[in-house]
Amino acid sequence: MSQPSLSEALRGVVRRDLLLAMRHRSDVAMSVFFVVIVASLFPLGVGPESAVLRMIGPGVLWVTALLACLLSLGRLFTADHLDGVLEQTVLIPQPLAVLVVGKVFAHWVISGLPVVLLSPLLGLQFGLGGDTLAVLTLSLLLGTPTLSMIGAIGAALTLGLRGSGLLVALLVLPLFVPVLIFGAGAVTSSLAGIGSEANLSLLGACFMLSLAFAPWATAVALRIALE
Amino acid sequence: MFQTVALSGSRGERLLFSNVSVTVKPGTLLAVVGENGSGKTSFLRMLCGLLSPDCGAILWQGKDIRQLKELYCAQLTYVGHLNGIKDDLTPVENLKVSASLAGDESSGTIVQKALEAVGLGRPVHLLPTRILSQGQKRRVALARLWLSTRPLWLLDEPFASLDAAATSYLTQRLQSHLSNGGMVVVATHQEIALPADSVQHLRLTR
Repeated sequence: MSQPSLSEALRGVVRRDLLLAMRHRSDVAMSVFFVVIVASLFPLGVGPESAVLRMIGPGVLWVTALLACLLSLGRLFTADHLDGVLEQTVLIPQPLAVLVVGKVFAHWVISGLPVVLLSPLLGLQFGLGGDTLAVLTLSLLLGTPTLSMIGAIGAALTLGLRGSGLLVALLVLPLFVPVLIFGAGAVTSSLAGIGSEANLSLLGACFMLSLAFAPWATAVALRIALE
Repeated sequence: MFQTVALSGSRGERLLFSNVSVTVKPGTLLAVVGENGSGKTSFLRMLCGLLSPDCGAILWQGKDIRQLKELYCAQLTYVGHLNGIKDDLTPVENLKVSASLAGDESSGTIVQKALEAVGLGRPVHLLPTRILSQGQKRRVALARLWLSTRPLWLLDEPFASLDAAATSYLTQRLQSHLSNGGMVVVATHQEIALPADSVQHLRLTR
């Protein structure tokens, strides 16, 4: 009788999703382009006044990252649900919540990490500099995995429903609010010259909290979706 | 030993089957038959633990599978109505991933041997599964059985869209699994060419 170890199963799930992403590079590129274009539209629309740009920059960049995450949520479980891979995943003899963490991690690497890596460049467009750029990147590094974690609950709850894209947005966006406030707040406070540690700590707390509850809730929702 | 006790299942308001009690002993195959929509797939999904029964229980070695949970999952291989393979990966990649997720050996040579055993030749191994025919995709899904070392196999219409050659490969594989003391539950419309003493039938009626 055979049973994969927990790390084997986790690695297997992550490896498959990353391999699939490599086959669908256009999907990955699309969410990156989305972020770049949306973030570039604001300076074009608002005008080149650097004081204004610096003021709206943190919020705009964070909302863009949040929307990019939302757009890619549909890919998290839908394909697996349609081709039966999800059934097989549920039957892997390891806790489903842990496997969900693997899937969410892969999703973050594909959709969140590129945004984090690009954020210093995008920040430059808004006249952010030096330390503030570092805080922006750090806040996104802490915040985007949290967004993926929370998003996974919504994606699992709406699995197999008609018009699930809009429903996911309605379910998940309110839950994104604290992350948005602390994330954008960290960057703003760094701009104002008051330390960003408090906001970053709160972001870290949000991440830990989502890591504790979201995989479990997602696993329950997935089992219900399969019934 | 694998048992169901007074199992009842329904989808929505509709009762599919009720009071089903069967026992599958090591070395035997249970063929679940019944017309379309009689609940064969639901019955099999219930045996996997994917669906919960309205009432009754499913016992593995005398213990309820709802208590065993992951321990029970480690005993079974399920090939469902959906193939559970990724269209964008090659048959080799698909099989490697599913074997390693099942904790089976997943080295390149073993996986290729399994694919050859279901009659998928080398030229097909490195194509994306997307461009294969229905029957070939089904063979990729079934190739998992050549790697599986688990005692209980639950197969939903395994012969659907298979040709005569593949049907006989699969029958031979089932035979060798049974002679090793394995157990099989198959939902099917076809007669399975196995010795009559190792096959029992269950007809699902309301």
